[in-house]
This record gives sequence, C-alpha cells and structure tokens, in this order.
Amino acid sequence: MKHEITLTINGEAITREVDSRLLLVHFIREHLSLTGTHIGCDTSNCGACTILLDGKSIKSCTYLAVRADGSDITTIEGVAPDGSNHIVQKAFHDQHALHCGFCTPGMVIRTIDFLKHNPNPTEEEIRWGISGNLCRCTGYNNIVKAVQQAADEMQKESV
Amino acid sequence: MIPSNFTYHKAKSLQDAFALSTSLGEEAKYMSGGHSLLPMMKLRFATPEHIIDISKIEGLSYIKEEDNLLKIGALTTQTEMERSPLLIDKYPIFKDASKLIADPAVRNCGTIGGNIAHGDAANDQPSLMLALRANFIAEGPNGKRAISVDEFFHGFYMTALEPSEIITEIQIPQAQKGSGSAYYKVERKVGDYATSGVAVALVLDDTGRCSQIGIGLTNVSTVPMRLSRAEELLSGQIITDALIQEAGKIASEDCEPSSDLRGSEAYKRSVTDTLTQRMLNVALERAKQ
Repeated sequence: MKHEITLTINGEAITREVDSRLLLVHFIREHLSLTGTHIGCDTSNCGACTILLDGKSIKSCTYLAVRADGSDITTIEGVAPDGSNHIVQKAFHDQHALHCGFCTPGMVIRTIDFLKHNPNPTEEEIRWGISGNLCRCTGYNNIVKAVQQAADEMQKESV
Repeated sequence: MIPSNFTYHKAKSLQDAFALSTSLGEEAKYMSGGHSLLPMMKLRFATPEHIIDISKIEGLSYIKEEDNLLKIGALTTQTEMERSPLLIDKYPIFKDASKLIADPAVRNCGTIGGNIAHGDAANDQPSLMLALRANFIAEGPNGKRAISVDEFFHGFYMTALEPSEIITEIQIPQAQKGSGSAYYKVERKVGDYATSGVAVALVLDDTGRCSQIGIGLTNVSTVPMRLSRAEELLSGQIITDALIQEAGKIASEDCEPSSDLRGSEAYKRSVTDTLTQRMLNVALERAKQ
C-alpha cells in the first residue's frame, strides 16, 4: 500500500509516495539520492545509517519511511552549507579521525546529537556516547580526540 | 533486508488503535519504538499483515510521582528515562539500566512499554519491573485493567495482554526513605543481549532490616524470572555478607540459563551468582545513603 508522506530533509520540504515496508535509509539513499547515509550492518548495530530525525540521532535502517511523515530530517549532506564543514566534520579532519570513511557520516551525526546534550563530556562519556557507532579502522582514539576538539570549539563559539 | 509486505496504519488515539486492531484482527501488530519488532520483521521472523503505529499517540510519555506511585507513560523512550532528574535522583536502577540498553541512537526510539510488551526475557526492563514490583495498566476495547508483573510474562514473546490491549502506564511503588536499587548486566559488547543481568530493589526499615525486596534476572530463563527463594531468605533480615553469599548461591542454582555463544550454562550460573551479590551490595549502599 502506498502512503503520501511530507517531510523536511536538509531544509527542503518534499512530498513523496512510499510503500508501507520501505525503510527510511532506502528512502533517503534511493528515492532522494542522498548517498552519504550508509548501510552497514542493516541490523541497528553499526550506526553507519545514523541520521537526525527531529533533532534526535536514530538508525534509519530500523525505521519505516512512512513513520517519518511530518518530521524534520538532517543527513550528513545537510549538517553544513555547501562548500563548508560543520565544526564536527572539521574536527574529524583535523584529528585524522577516519581511514576508510564508511562510518564517518554516522559518527558525525551521532556526535552532533551527543554534544547537544553533553557539551563538555569526559573521555568515558564520549566513548559511551558513540558506543552505537562502529569503526573498524581507527581504533576510536582519534575519533574521541575529534569529539573533544569539537566540544572545545563549540564551547568557544557559544561564549 | 526488507520486511515482507504489510499495510501500515497510524493510530491517532488509543480509541483509534483499538478500533483498528479489532477490525484488522490477529494479523495486526502494534508498533511503538519498533526496535524489537522491526528487526524481527526484517529477518522475517515476524510477518504481520498490518502494523498499527501507536508511537504518535499523545499523552503517553511522562514520568511523575502521584498517589504514592511512580508512574511512567508507556511511550516514554529509554533516552527520556535516562535523562529524567526524578529517576536519576530517586530511582538509580533506571540510570544503571539505560546505559546498558542497546546504544544511544536505539534508546532515542525504544520505549519502556514496548520493551515490556515484547515479552522477551532477554530485554532488560522486565527484570527491573520484577525487582520493583511493578503493575502495568493495560487498556483495550473493553476498558482498563491493572496487571501485576508476576502475572504478566507467560512465555517466549507471550504476555497477559489480550490481542487489542496496549500497556499505557507502568506503576511502581514510590521510593521511600531506605529505598535502594541497582542493575547490571554482563554483555559481550554494546547492544548485545545480556549474558546475565540482575536487578535488585529493596527497602530498609529504621532498624536496618530489609522490609521489602525484589530480585529479577535478565536472559537466564525463557520467561523473565523472579529470584523468589533469595527474596524469602533476605526479607525481614539484617542483610549480612553471609546472607548475600547465600543469595548468590541460590541465584546460581535457581536460574535456568542455556549454553550459547554468550557462554556455557555453568559460566552463566557463575556470572548470575556474582552479579546478584554485587547488586545486593550496591542496592544496600544506596539504601543507607
């Protein structure tokens, strides 16, 4: 059965028809061609598909597209204006917090949500905060440093 | 992985949900956070013909104390519980558990009502509910009723809920002076089900005797399990180290784990013994604060 859904994605209002069983990640990647959101494990473990839905980080592989009707979604393509980097993206770049880059969009999105609720985290809190996002390259140390740098820069910016 | 075909329905109110469920029949399933049901549908372990989305029903997300009860709306997410000042301050067992339930992004979706209604002994909230001696308010087309946690879990994914009923509220006796609670589970990695988990909630009276106690176990039985024999041992007693050791021994004897990738039966019995002792100690410490 088809449903008409209307939502905002990266600031743009759209209306589309979707099947009941269409997963949000497939809607984002295949219907909207926003391929920065990745499919890793497809079982809500790895976090590669993490997006912001009404400001909350969720795993879009385990969410029905039809349920996103009326919501405001941000994917990695929408975290900063074209040609610029979000503070978190810049921190990942500065700290060499990625190798292959597959987990990075999800990591960045999750970090944005995490720092919103915990702007001054300890290292342990950062590790728990990104515990649902797996990276098989870095060993996490540089990612933790990047989250720390982003936290520091966001604090400075808000002063 | 894509679920098999189904038809999605959005319930705008409880009455709307009951009407949909009644007309669609037994092939319809309610979905709240969807983080237990949708993974099962993607693996085709569950193939409902209709999904009734109850997550948008208003008024079912709250945490409050009222009538000497802690009341939690069934659509309250694990994240909302994790951040609730009331729970952090007076019901530390929830903070213990929420850190260990899945991961932060999953907790943004998962609800306490769904976690319980799913009827899975591997989920964490059922053992907390056993320890806290919760009652569940269930509403359906025939009205509202209270179901005690001890009568709720019937078997693997089987609960006391009628097909059209929805848990709307969780009620727990309000914390008082001398209340202490704690939860921990051993997990192989973040997001895994427990190798074993133990929830303890107790109350000490003015003389330091244990006037109430509940102990619930996670994922070491087919049905969420109360450690009745240890509760009887400790009830009315001044809880000593020797009694705590004895309770741990009872836990290792009475739990019903099976060997799997998370460990052998003997290992899980040993973990359950250790966790029972540790959680009794933590709950006692908190009760004395």
